[in-house]
Amino acid sequence: MSDRQELEAKMRQTVDFTEFVTLTAAGQMFGLPIARVQDVFKPTRITRVPLAGAEIAGVLNLRGRIVTAIDLRRRLGLQSRAEDRPPMAIGIETKGESFGLLADTVGEVLRLADADLEPIPINLDSGLAAVSAGVHRLDGQLMVVLDVERVLDLHAAAA
Amino acid sequence: MDDLLREFLTETSESLDRVDAELVRFEQEPNNRNILGNIFRLVHTIKGTCGFLGLPRLERLTHAAETLMGKFRDGMPVTAEAVTLILSTIDRIKSILDEIEARQREPGGSDGDIIDQLGYLSEDLAPQAAPRGQEQTKPREEATDERPNDARGERIASHSIRVSVETLDHLMTTVSELVLTRNQLLEIVRRHESSDFKVPLQRLSNVTAELQESVTKTRMQPIGNAWQKLPRIVRDLSAELGKQIELEMRGAETELDRQVLDLVKDPLTHLVRNCADHGIETAGERLAAGKPARGTVRLSAWHEGGYINIEIADDGRGLDLARIGARAVECGLAGEAEIATKSPGEICNFIFTPGFSTAAQVTSVSGRGVGMDVVRANIEQIGGTIDLKSVAGAGATFTIKIPLTLAIVSALIVEAGGERFAIPQLSVRELVRAADTGEHRIERIKDAPVLRLRNRLLPLVHLQEILRLGGGSDQGFVVVTQVGSHVFGVVVDGVLHTEEIVIKPMSSKLRHITSFSGTTILGDGSVIMIIDPNGLSQVLGRATPVAQTNMADVERAEDAAAQEATPLLVFRAGSPHPKAVPLSLVARLEEIDCRQIETSDGRHLVQYRNRLMPLLQIDTQTSIKREGAQPILVFSDQDRSLGLVVDEIVDIVEQRLDIEVAVQRPGLLGYAVVKGSATEIIDVSHYLPLAFDDWSRRRDPPAVRRARTVLLVDDSAFFREMLAPLIRAAGFRVVAAASAAQALAAIKSGTRADLVVTDIEMPDMDGFELAVTLRADASTAAIPVIGLSAMISAEAIERGRVVGLQDFVAKFDRTGLVAAIKEQSADLHRAA
Repeated sequence: MSDRQELEAKMRQTVDFTEFVTLTAAGQMFGLPIARVQDVFKPTRITRVPLAGAEIAGVLNLRGRIVTAIDLRRRLGLQSRAEDRPPMAIGIETKGESFGLLADTVGEVLRLADADLEPIPINLDSGLAAVSAGVHRLDGQLMVVLDVERVLDLHAAAA
Repeated sequence: MDDLLREFLTETSESLDRVDAELVRFEQEPNNRNILGNIFRLVHTIKGTCGFLGLPRLERLTHAAETLMGKFRDGMPVTAEAVTLILSTIDRIKSILDEIEARQREPGGSDGDIIDQLGYLSEDLAPQAAPRGQEQTKPREEATDERPNDARGERIASHSIRVSVETLDHLMTTVSELVLTRNQLLEIVRRHESSDFKVPLQRLSNVTAELQESVTKTRMQPIGNAWQKLPRIVRDLSAELGKQIELEMRGAETELDRQVLDLVKDPLTHLVRNCADHGIETAGERLAAGKPARGTVRLSAWHEGGYINIEIADDGRGLDLARIGARAVECGLAGEAEIATKSPGEICNFIFTPGFSTAAQVTSVSGRGVGMDVVRANIEQIGGTIDLKSVAGAGATFTIKIPLTLAIVSALIVEAGGERFAIPQLSVRELVRAADTGEHRIERIKDAPVLRLRNRLLPLVHLQEILRLGGGSDQGFVVVTQVGSHVFGVVVDGVLHTEEIVIKPMSSKLRHITSFSGTTILGDGSVIMIIDPNGLSQVLGRATPVAQTNMADVERAEDAAAQEATPLLVFRAGSPHPKAVPLSLVARLEEIDCRQIETSDGRHLVQYRNRLMPLLQIDTQTSIKREGAQPILVFSDQDRSLGLVVDEIVDIVEQRLDIEVAVQRPGLLGYAVVKGSATEIIDVSHYLPLAFDDWSRRRDPPAVRRARTVLLVDDSAFFREMLAPLIRAAGFRVVAAASAAQALAAIKSGTRADLVVTDIEMPDMDGFELAVTLRADASTAAIPVIGLSAMISAEAIERGRVVGLQDFVAKFDRTGLVAAIKEQSADLHRAA
């Protein structure tokens, strides 16, 4: 093994990568760290909850667990989804509770180097900026990385 | 930690709690050798174990205490000083135990102070009782005395095992899930008519129910466990406050779920402290008020329906309403003028407001401003209610009502605004159908919807409106709900069924919505929200300023009235004078389209339920409408029906029917005062033969026409309250009895019973035995008996047949019950 190869191998090891589950909402691509994603499922029979905030799509039964579904478009202040296209849900567990983030589509898993994560552009919509951890530049589009805890902090959204 | 040591700590702390309770009793009854024996044994056991585990400090301390107690056992007089000393010894033992638990070894230090005092007292007492020599041999004799007891302990131990609470909790969760799955299967079978599954599923269902019951039982603990610390607390308080207070405990053996027990422990302690501190006066004040110097705080517990009732009562000064009122004004809770109009009960309730305390000075006992609101919140959190009654100078009584178990509850599944919701059955008192034309109509006082229910105005909330699902309609069902002493109606669009639900906690994102208490998964797999009646009642409190009358008075009056009341249907026909007919005789109220009315041979007829039904006018003044809807009263006798044309249906009132003026006019029984106005009471029997020539031959003798009496026997007050109005609404008189014995006594004492509806599962004498007893007596042998059961198995039906039950109805099948009652009473008609 040449010195150069050795050096490259070393570099690969030291460079940190994060895997993201990609999803789209209102045409925008988002990424969620895969470590935080429990599962991806097609939500069925969502029971809406009267008096709940607009971003709460309702509650549903996922294999005996009660999942609180959060409409990502509403949560991020994006245009509402057309009723005819059924959403996909990304299951997230936090503090012993199950949540489902409703997105338009769920795409492939991308492995991206942490070093490539760029800070949020200052002119980004403030609602979006509040829940994102940065931006990854991909071929032809940008992926906004979502901070799961901040997305689930509905209280902050209301304030 | 060493297993032995852990076991020792668990056991010792249990024993110490018991010693605490025993000691106070001992002080009150120093001559009760039995109590003394118990305490002695407990201390002795601790001492013995300490020696075995190598805890010398504890051993020395318990030994000294044991010696002194041995003296008492030998007949030494017990002084208050001695009891205090022993109590502080026990405190010391506890603190050492805490240290052991934390550090897993005995802390250093000496207990010379206490041991010396114990020794001094023992010495001091000695000469009064017995010569020294004898004493010294005592401990050894004790040891031999213990042996038979130990042997008995072993025998008991072999019948029971220790199971950790986690294991039980896990078992409960698993069973809860099993119940859910069972419900799902039942739902699937309900949809597919495949009979293959039905029988095994029924079996599975029964087994699940049994399992659920057994697991619930394993979690049951006597409430006395939550009371153990109270005698000590009260004793310490009496000393601290310089009052003489006695704590009476009744029903300590009443069992409830361990989880619930844990949650009520603190509220109970707080209430007892409160009674002792605020309620009971000093001996001087009491004597001056002509009361015994010693005040009493009475704790009692008993089961009722699916609830446990706990009462904390004192015979003290009662609540100072003036001061509470003043404090409420001060806190800005109400204006002074408002206070003046409030009932004592309402003023008392202010003490449950957060931050409310009238204690002029903050004592270490209570009056820290946190308290009663927390007590109420804790109790409501577990689905319970707390109520307060106070009589000036005579004392205050707190009544707590909590469900026996939390994990699985029975719920009514209702529909409102196109969504389904679950309402816990425990807070549902009855269901009333509301319709513009029906018996119960939703009315409005300004904008507040109300329902007239048995002479009382019930404030209503539309579930749909509260949940902002659109405007609520006035057609549907009113779920009469009770929260504490507060009764109100929840208007829903439909009532679907009842289901055993497993309460799942609310998502943290939804917990701020007070109208819901949790979520659950229904048998069909969908998630629905569980309505929190407490939350609704709060909304109601804000939204509808309907004056609340003192519930207790209304209820009493209502009960008394309902005893003899006959439901009457008031209507107008022809003349403006109101007319009335006993509701029990009316089969249905209908409105028919006038175009459907045909005339044949001078008689009016209408096609009704695929048959021709004759229509009759009350008198010549009544005319049949030419267009629109014609209201009619339908009377049925077996397969014949007759429609009586009326102008309008006014109301349904329930009252004693006293026909005051008898008249000689066909079709009129006489006049009676109904709701303040003279009302003609219509003789239906006059009209029936007019429609059918042969009806008269089958007509009943007049005596039979009065409302029949149903004797309702159920040990659960909840079911009695739920079923009685239902039966009453079907046109029967209801006499309720809480047990088979009570029912038999009522019959013996001359209460007429045309029909007996009895719960099958009752303590002491069950429904089957009641039926057998009734059959055995010639005077009651002919009374039909309908059995009610939560679980109907083939064996039960067979047994019912053998003992002569006329019918068997599932407890929640209300329509079935009414149908069965009607059928049995129709049989009586034929027999008569």
